Amino acid sequence: MYKIVRKKVLNPTVTQMEIEAPLVAAKAKPGQFIILRVNEAGERIPLTVAGTNPEEGTVKIIFQVVGATTELLNHKNEGESIQDFVGPLGVATHTEGIKKVCIIGGGVGCAIAMPVAQEFHRLGAEVTSIIGFRSKDLLILEDEFRACSDRLIVMTDDGSYARRGNVTVPLKEMLEAGETFDTIITIGPLIMMKFVTLTAKPFGVPVTASMNPIMIDGTGMCGGCRLTLNQDGKRVTRFACVDGPDFNAYEIDFDEAMSRGRMYFGYERRAHEEVCNLFKNA
Amino acid sequence: MPVNPKKHEMPTQAPQVRAHNFSEVALGYTEEIAVEEAARCLNCKNQPCVAGCPVNIHIPEFIQKVKACDFEGAYQIISQTSSLPAVCGRVCPQETQCESKCTLGRRFEPVGIGRLERFAADWHNAHASGKAQAPESNGHRVAVVGSGPSGLTCAGDLAKKGYKVSVFEALHTAGGVLVYGIPEFRLPKAIVAREVETLKELGVDVEPNVVIGKTLTIDELFEMGYEAVFVGSGAGLPRFMNIPGESLKGVYSANEFLTRSNLMKAYQEDPTTPIMKGGNVAVVGGGNVAMDAARTALRLGAEHVYIVYRRSMEELPARREEVEHAQEEGIDFRLLCNPVEILGYNDPDDPRDEKNGFVTGIRCVKMELGEPDASGRRRPVVIPGSEFDLDVDAVIMSIGTSPNPLIKSTTKGLEVNSHGGIIVNEDGLTSREGVYAGGDAVTGAATVISAMGAGKVAARAIDAYLTNR
Repeated sequence: MYKIVRKKVLNPTVTQMEIEAPLVAAKAKPGQFIILRVNEAGERIPLTVAGTNPEEGTVKIIFQVVGATTELLNHKNEGESIQDFVGPLGVATHTEGIKKVCIIGGGVGCAIAMPVAQEFHRLGAEVTSIIGFRSKDLLILEDEFRACSDRLIVMTDDGSYARRGNVTVPLKEMLEAGETFDTIITIGPLIMMKFVTLTAKPFGVPVTASMNPIMIDGTGMCGGCRLTLNQDGKRVTRFACVDGPDFNAYEIDFDEAMSRGRMYFGYERRAHEEVCNLFKNA
Repeated sequence: MPVNPKKHEMPTQAPQVRAHNFSEVALGYTEEIAVEEAARCLNCKNQPCVAGCPVNIHIPEFIQKVKACDFEGAYQIISQTSSLPAVCGRVCPQETQCESKCTLGRRFEPVGIGRLERFAADWHNAHASGKAQAPESNGHRVAVVGSGPSGLTCAGDLAKKGYKVSVFEALHTAGGVLVYGIPEFRLPKAIVAREVETLKELGVDVEPNVVIGKTLTIDELFEMGYEAVFVGSGAGLPRFMNIPGESLKGVYSANEFLTRSNLMKAYQEDPTTPIMKGGNVAVVGGGNVAMDAARTALRLGAEHVYIVYRRSMEELPARREEVEHAQEEGIDFRLLCNPVEILGYNDPDDPRDEKNGFVTGIRCVKMELGEPDASGRRRPVVIPGSEFDLDVDAVIMSIGTSPNPLIKSTTKGLEVNSHGGIIVNEDGLTSREGVYAGGDAVTGAATVISAMGAGKVAARAIDAYLTNR
């Protein structure tokens, strides 16, 4: 069992937890993920590591309540425990040789983008962060991003806070104004990452996208997390859990990834409703 | 009294009943049948059956105990050499191992050794009271990577010799392929849990949720004080055919499909992990895993399940018994057929179309057998113009796996072959001192019992290594 040491509500649908898992805390690097199960009969879900405290032996996770399992997890309190917590899985974000980076996070993806931005800042790179949310009440981690970014641009879709519009708007302005980056790292909804990639393409800036597909074991055994890359005209299959989660965004078949991500959409919605009703009736 | 020429039939659930439930297909011998079957054994002097067993169970001795109605005695003899009797009695391919060597088998059907092994193990599990006693510790610590058949066997053998063994398992439950791969109707998970419990009673620590190569490396295990390591990490990445349409929703690897159903219990009511149920299903491949996937799909509610295999029944690698069971249950074998494309369409602009992005069919070509290839089997050749489509809603690829790269990529000096399998000598020793390996991580996909045999060989070698050091 893995104890929830601290719990903090970041916005109405996003929660942060620090989980006691010393082996994972000692190893996890930005960009890696863990898999957890809330209870004995629970499903395995991957969540990206949002930070570690190796001295204390804790791992920070940030999750949006989107389905049955995250709903169950969100009902756990400080001091309670979750059944399983395994990691760190996947390959850490590559940081070598990158002096100037643009980090683009969308929604809860900002939770994953934040430790990556912090790592580049720690390594002395110049960090530009663009973070986008649907509206002001969904904004998270603004202070954290400000602390590790040389420049921070906050966007909201509805203009209820900071600048109105998508994250691609300031990116395009910067690139058109002649700004260059060694790399752009984008983490968020697939549709956002697809359009960040399309925006950057004419300017020839490398883009890395962090993928978060459906996964079971997370160790390269089941192949459920596979995605297709277009490499030199050939379509190749890669597994997000062991080859990723970071991939060269220009190679990713985003449309396919979006379709595969919706495989159990109806099932998941029903399961979430059932769990919600459970808590309502309790 | 003349010898009964036939093996006593294994009582089974009727095909039309079992095709709709996940309870065990084979029900096991009763005491009466077991004693009668045991009486068929000639108890011959040269004991060829023992040589046919990868873990050299003292077969005639245990059978004589069954014959004498000393069922616990029979179990004790089996457990001297096998750590997982109830498992092996169910999933071993006895017909190509011990039973293929049986002297009686030269004239009649061989003795039902596997069925008697299962009987003895089940009898013990139903009647035994009290726990296994942990032997006195010899003070040495050994780490085992993976809790599948090779790891559990290696751990069990070392624990019986007094070693302090820790087994590290990446998943949340111990058992490896015995829990994620082999379905409940062929190997009830309670039996695996029971075998793991017995190992714990012998003093073995089982640590779930530790991925060696990620959470800890092999070098770190030595730093932590383990004096030898056995790697039984199993097979890894599922293979796909690289044909169009393999990323459509509804295309599973057999590993994913079986893991969802077995480990994640998607076959139960109200599962937390979803799986596609119903419709028509095509399973591509002809191994035991393909049979398991097909029969699982049927039990989950599929209307029609095809096995699509590119060679003929003669080359089909699955156990005969599993093939017969599958046929009885109504699995439709499309032999000498090979898929060329998985059909479906993906229109990103119309998310409301419920078939959008899902499998709608599989396009195959018919094959004929040509000259033998490197494997000695006749190579299948495409018959031109023989394309045909099957309407299916899901396709399960069961065409093997490639070794998992996690341990190799994080262990300096660990040599692997061109397929990625860890290279070992006849003792299971790898290119690293103190590091041994066995099972699918070495051989690629093989059988439970051959993995157990490898775990046994390595345990003996580790004992010799640590004793003489």
